[in-house]
Amino acid sequence: MQPISVITGRIVALPVQDIDTDQIIPARYLKVTDKSGLAEGLFYAWRFDADGKPNPNFVLNRPETQGATILVAGRNFGCGSSREHAPWALLGYGFKAVISPSFADIFRNNALKNGLLTVQVDDETYQQLVSLFDEDPTTTVTIDLTAQTVTLPDGRSVHFPIDPFTKHCLLHGVDQMGFLLNEEAAISAYEASHPARVVTTARS
Amino acid sequence: MVDTGGRVNIEHRRKLANLESTGTAMTPRTLFDKVWDAHIVRPQTAETPAVIYIDLHLIHEVTSPQAFTELRRRGLKVRRPDRTLATMDHSTPTTPRGADGIIPVVDPQAAAQLRQLEQNCAEFGIPLFALGSEYQGIVHVIGPEQGLTQPGMTIVCGDSHTSTHGAFGALAFGIGTSEVAHVLATQCLLQTRPKTMEVRVDGRLAPGVTAKDIILAIIARYGVGAGTGHVFEYTGEAIRALSMEERMTICNMSIEGGARAGMIAPDDTTFEYIAGRPFAPKGKAWDEAVAYWRTLPTDEGAVYDRIITLDASQLTPMITYGTNPGMGMPIDGRIPTPEELPDPAARQALDKALRYMDLRPGQPLLGHKIDVVFLGSCTNSRISDLRMAAQLLKGRKIADGVRMMVVPGSQQVKKQAEAEGLHEIFRAAGAEWREAGCSACLGMNDDKVPPGKYAVSTSNRNFEGRQGPGARTFLASPLTAVASAIEGVVADPRRYL
Repeated sequence: MQPISVITGRIVALPVQDIDTDQIIPARYLKVTDKSGLAEGLFYAWRFDADGKPNPNFVLNRPETQGATILVAGRNFGCGSSREHAPWALLGYGFKAVISPSFADIFRNNALKNGLLTVQVDDETYQQLVSLFDEDPTTTVTIDLTAQTVTLPDGRSVHFPIDPFTKHCLLHGVDQMGFLLNEEAAISAYEASHPARVVTTARS
Repeated sequence: MVDTGGRVNIEHRRKLANLESTGTAMTPRTLFDKVWDAHIVRPQTAETPAVIYIDLHLIHEVTSPQAFTELRRRGLKVRRPDRTLATMDHSTPTTPRGADGIIPVVDPQAAAQLRQLEQNCAEFGIPLFALGSEYQGIVHVIGPEQGLTQPGMTIVCGDSHTSTHGAFGALAFGIGTSEVAHVLATQCLLQTRPKTMEVRVDGRLAPGVTAKDIILAIIARYGVGAGTGHVFEYTGEAIRALSMEERMTICNMSIEGGARAGMIAPDDTTFEYIAGRPFAPKGKAWDEAVAYWRTLPTDEGAVYDRIITLDASQLTPMITYGTNPGMGMPIDGRIPTPEELPDPAARQALDKALRYMDLRPGQPLLGHKIDVVFLGSCTNSRISDLRMAAQLLKGRKIADGVRMMVVPGSQQVKKQAEAEGLHEIFRAAGAEWREAGCSACLGMNDDKVPPGKYAVSTSNRNFEGRQGPGARTFLASPLTAVASAIEGVVADPRRYL
């Protein structure tokens, strides 16, 4: 994973609350066995009409939003399924961060494990970002992970929360598997002192 | 200070209760606290999350392939294949078997994904209930059915409806594929301790009102984000009165209320359900297990971070009208009007949902024409769901123009239903009796609701396109689904009591 410290990019606003993972990536795109090709299915039902032609009214199809890297979305973003294909699709499309008043738990976990920043802001800041985008679709913001701030075009900086461990992993580009593998001794000790009640999952 | 004898005594009692020596054993604890504490490999600190041990890891074809790729890339083995179980459910067809007894997989991409799971399980030594196996089925149906799901366990799966297993007093939650790889390699997860929320359901259900209606009512009242950051514990008279399968229906949809996990304290109902199942403890081990399980319910005086309540005696059958499970109402209610919603974002969401559903504010749903009825999914596909549905359908016909799919949750459920003749009731009524799997719940196999068509579904999500592109879903109980199938319109099952 690449280290992340500062993301400066154009925002695109999708002011809809409770955007679920079936909207982010419909299940029929989950038949892959790798992580590639998912960007094609991102927001598929909103991006394309029934004949598979781009829907010109959907915000991601507008010419001025091409190249935007920060998605601004309504509260409870990523609710629904545990599919990690959702952050993979967003990253594959070119997004580096999502800003929202709140995120569903599993989506947030999945996103941060893949270097897609989830930036939780207060309602007022969220509304301001949506308004800024409506006024100027080239609006650019800067997300500073070290300082945990989003800086708006007017210079105002807003703090966002992130747990220190995840922050460390993102800043240094380390994944969490390595941390767990280093716990081998503790895991073995736990297993030795906690014999399994179900000794095997294989049917006799 | 405590003398030696006293300390030994305390240690002994801790051991008996199988509690961890965290120094909190004497503080009243919730069910969640007890299960969490018992699985700490490394405690949470200010800088790092806790390392939590996972007792049972369930996997399926959709969210596991990339995790195995990661293991290969790092040259890792599966640490505990004996604590891992695989099945095939999401992308599998549910088409009735051919004359050769084989369920044909016609979608080449799905076939490749299923083959990949088979290869991965063979290479890493993981037991698999493959398509065609007599034990295959929806991952959240087979765990409890086999007796693998037990109180006090930690259970994870790359599927958000893993919350189902919490009905047994297990801590069970959905994880992403990165975490699937973590568990495969280390049998552990890095987790920050969530908050707890008591969901207290008092009162007794009226006839015709089911567990599904309880959970739909909770989500309708408190919203799809209410449980974010929390683990639910369902308590109260109404919950205690439920069977295990009804409790699973409730815990299953915890995630639709925003909570990754939902738990119910184990009791005699739980123990009776587990006893005698293939993986249930036997003999002396059974007695020891039950003695431990009896220590798990929340202590008197334990504190939850938040409490919400519902009066079950006031409930009617519920139905959703919108595009998330929180957009639900009593079956004889009217869709809200924007004026009734105080929040502008909610008004916008209602407007968007009703445009997708082609419904109007203030409209009742009773009598609204439907095209498809789906009876199945990890929410409502167990034998008691099928019995409930068949009892109502017996001697009746589904309406002309309605397609009704009945999809048992597992091959074992199918076998049991056939032994009881339930399949004949469904077929005689004009419904399809299909093979086990996730089916039309999620639109990733051949079972879909056509664009623009209306379905009454016993599944858990009514998201746009969930049951197929353009599909319009009304979530409801098996009873409401059957009543609607009979009448060809959204119908109140209480008319049939």
